[in-house]
Amino acid sequence: MAAVPESASPAKSGGLVQWIDQRFPLLSLWNDHMAQYYAPKNFNFWYYFGVLSMFVLANQLITGIFLTMSYKPSAAEAFSSVEYIMRDLDGGWLIRYMHSTGASAFFIVVYLHMFRALLYGSHRKPRELLWIIGCVIFLLLMAEAFMGYVLPWGNMSFWGAQVIVSLFGSLPVIGGGLVEWIRGDYVIADATLNRFFALHVAALPLALVFLVIAHIMALHEVGSNNPDGIEIKKHKGPDGHPLDGIPFHPYYTVKDTAGIVFFLILFCGVIFFAPTFGGLFLEAPNFEPANPLQTPPHIAPVWYFTPFYAMLRAVPSFAGTQVWGVLVMGGAIVVLFFLPWLDRSPVKSIRYRGPIYKVALAIFVVSFIILGLCGMKPPSGIYPLLAKICTALYFAFFLLMPWYSRIDSYKPVPERVT
Amino acid sequence: MFKRLTLIAALMLPAGLALAEDEGMNLMHAGTDINNTASLQRGARNFMSYCSGCHSLKYVRYNRIGQDLQIPPAELTNLMFTSDKPFDTINSAMPADSEQWFGKKPPDLSLVARAKGTDYIYSFLHGFYADKSRPWGVNNLYLPAAAMPHVLQKLQGLQKPVFKHEAGEGADAKMVLTGVEPMTPGSMKPEEYDQFVRDIVNFLDYAGEPVKAKRQSMGVYVILFLLVFFVFAFLLKKEYWKDVQH
Repeated sequence: MAAVPESASPAKSGGLVQWIDQRFPLLSLWNDHMAQYYAPKNFNFWYYFGVLSMFVLANQLITGIFLTMSYKPSAAEAFSSVEYIMRDLDGGWLIRYMHSTGASAFFIVVYLHMFRALLYGSHRKPRELLWIIGCVIFLLLMAEAFMGYVLPWGNMSFWGAQVIVSLFGSLPVIGGGLVEWIRGDYVIADATLNRFFALHVAALPLALVFLVIAHIMALHEVGSNNPDGIEIKKHKGPDGHPLDGIPFHPYYTVKDTAGIVFFLILFCGVIFFAPTFGGLFLEAPNFEPANPLQTPPHIAPVWYFTPFYAMLRAVPSFAGTQVWGVLVMGGAIVVLFFLPWLDRSPVKSIRYRGPIYKVALAIFVVSFIILGLCGMKPPSGIYPLLAKICTALYFAFFLLMPWYSRIDSYKPVPERVT
Repeated sequence: MFKRLTLIAALMLPAGLALAEDEGMNLMHAGTDINNTASLQRGARNFMSYCSGCHSLKYVRYNRIGQDLQIPPAELTNLMFTSDKPFDTINSAMPADSEQWFGKKPPDLSLVARAKGTDYIYSFLHGFYADKSRPWGVNNLYLPAAAMPHVLQKLQGLQKPVFKHEAGEGADAKMVLTGVEPMTPGSMKPEEYDQFVRDIVNFLDYAGEPVKAKRQSMGVYVILFLLVFFVFAFLLKKEYWKDVQH
């Protein structure tokens, strides 16, 4: 970098940018990640969900800051303070609905973002670390959402926390002490609410933002995958840029703008016309304050946790402990981390894969959705059996992948994107 | 907790009732309209006359009601307890020991419409029937062993339960409560009572989320703006992407 010239005048056109750039790598950051970052030109519908995840994260951070200004993290005042935000604070209801709807929207876009990876093999070499960072983000997002759900201190907040925290109690030896340590009390109480607030508004968002930055840096290091699952860097033009790549800015900034506005239409549709989304995004029992003496007739987590909750309930207790269900539920997340090494297919994209993977993926998606439905229903009738079958199918998709992905047929992959 | 539930269930059984609690009675349809200001005004008046003696709306302020339901200040005063100021929230006249009177403190109703749904409240207020075994002489079809007396009995009249004979004979007979039918008439015709209750429920729906009507009307403009924005964003994208070879 050149030394700062004495005569450099900030009044000149571009002077300020130049002034900053001599002291901070502004232009190189801009070029590396926006103007000179070459992304494949054939991104389709599924490639909106990355930028949408970032958009929703920003929404959660900004609305969250404003909620924090009026929310009171104490068992005595939390519920009332949320009603204060909803009624007495100017525009408070809008901020709160943006945040509560944003939580559900976050999981919708993240689930679709992850599904995209399964479609086009975005987790495969050289993007394994990118995938792993994404899995950590997903894990932290679940913790963030769970703790955020406790904060309004409604009756479902309380009993949901009761159920989820007590899961740790099933771990042998350390279980009892661990649960007490998490709660900070012998029951879910003021101390629990306070620490969940600290984690929800400071620790976890901070970690999430850092990981999202790492996720993008890792992405831009290896370059984006695309629906054909081929590396555009293999074919570069005389200027050194991929022939099938286009600069992220302006091409994808304008395209993503349209995508974000389209998303906003749906998002605002929920905020303004169905903020509880029929009890899925805001559950009815949570409009009653936390009451340790009154269990809701049916405790169900919010929809985005129900697939995992169904797995937890699907596993019967064995040898006098419930820990197996907890391990299966944890395993359902852990197995995601190993995906890049479980997939042995010579091709990445579903476009060139054989019938076995296509069927396996379809079964996996259907199982996951059925698990989600099972987790919302009381464990009676057909649901426990369905949950058991679908839990088995969920794990079969991952654990049998090394075999079925290898024997599966595949089509020749084109040299250039189509 | 479970023990207490079993106890309650056991106490209810001798009456020969086996209420299908899990399935519950089919709820009636409330048919409320949050944009019907006249109905909301009547509902506010009905609530203050018949409900607020026992039930508070501790998150709802008088002046907010006046503003949202277009009730002039002079009339608003008629709705208020004499000692209250317009910016006060609606507190009930219940003393702290009211639990002794009913076995349960009359709950705050600020959020009842959101927690239970409007259909439930509408049904509940239609569900009282004569039952000599209960302290107030009435039970409720939708909330068995309800602690609440039938406050609107003068208006609705009294209903009697309808049982269906399911199985067994004599003392072993299993009777199932299937509904209610009018017994003694009240001062209102059934349609008048329906509307009276509907107005209360509408008001409680408003009280649960005072911004609801405004939210929906605002939403129309937000969506319209976004649709226009989308057209321009889409055209901009097309313009930029003209030179990308597919």
